[in-house]
Amino acid sequence: MPHAHPHDHDQVRDAPSGGGETITLEQRVLGKNEELAARNRSWLAERDIVAVNLMSSPGAGKTTLLERTVRDLTGRRRPVAVIEGDQETTLDAERIRRAGGAVVQVNTGAGCHLDAEMVQGALTTLAPDGGSLVLVENVGNLVCPALFDLGERSRAVIISVTEGTDKPLKYPYMFAVADLVIINKVDLLPYVDFDTDQCVRYARSVNPDLRVLTLSATTGEGLDDWYDWLDARS
Amino acid sequence: MHELSITQSIVDAVCERADGRPVRTVRIRVGILTAVVPDSMRFCFDLTTAGTVAEGAQLEIDQPPGTAHCRACEKDFALPDLVLLCPCGSADVAITSGQELQIVSMRVG
Ligand SMILES: [Zn+2]
Repeated sequence: MPHAHPHDHDQVRDAPSGGGETITLEQRVLGKNEELAARNRSWLAERDIVAVNLMSSPGAGKTTLLERTVRDLTGRRRPVAVIEGDQETTLDAERIRRAGGAVVQVNTGAGCHLDAEMVQGALTTLAPDGGSLVLVENVGNLVCPALFDLGERSRAVIISVTEGTDKPLKYPYMFAVADLVIINKVDLLPYVDFDTDQCVRYARSVNPDLRVLTLSATTGEGLDDWYDWLDARS
Repeated sequence: MHELSITQSIVDAVCERADGRPVRTVRIRVGILTAVVPDSMRFCFDLTTAGTVAEGAQLEIDQPPGTAHCRACEKDFALPDLVLLCPCGSADVAITSGQELQIVSMRVG
């Protein structure tokens, strides 16, 4: 081999620009969260607990929907408990408590999403009865929560007709990981410029399997479909 | 800014493997179809490595492009965003790259 390069062999371990050892990791960045999520998932399954992760931007009416859901479902179907993720306040948790739900608040501080470890801690504190429905209210934004598996059974994204029709195209990651889209505040449709069919087309362009429900947490219109969907998770 | 917690988990993993040795370079793979912004990661990397064995390390980011396979026409095609539509008109497609989020390697010593 007349042209063999003197440091070909060194390049196997060392970068040509001098010293050091290259260590191959090839590991998933979110691997630790995914392991914890899998642990949550089996913990929940062993107790026949159904957890649903609710995600939205601020102002979509998520807390109002939760409050109404807790009030309507308490004593009628599975016991309902709520994990309330919020950056600072406990105001939302108090609203849920007044509606009759068992609730635990997770303050994420600067954090913009819940992760599997926070949910594990919240479940331990909440100690939901076997057979419960646990609704997880994620921190209000449509990007960060999309990346973190919590160990939930299903994921619902809530948007409202006061937001742009093109929300699914602006936040495709969130719609890609969701099982259900709830379009809330449909009682306001006569007053706003929102094209429901177009919004649904956009959402399905990133996730063809998405279920879509339209409802108003304020008037109660369409809520039975939401409760039927929750029942079908069981 | 989920980039902060994501970058923190990278730095934790890297420092653990470095086992006390100084880290010079960290190479990661961030597909363009993930909701992770490389510039934010660089900013967070400098913040989260401060005071660790990876302080001053260089972050190298590979960005695999988005590609998909169409189940209708059996062709592979480029996918610039998450709108799942083959040029043939079918939406029955599977993403084959662009969603990677991995720590590839690091250089220590
Ligand atoms: Zn095709």
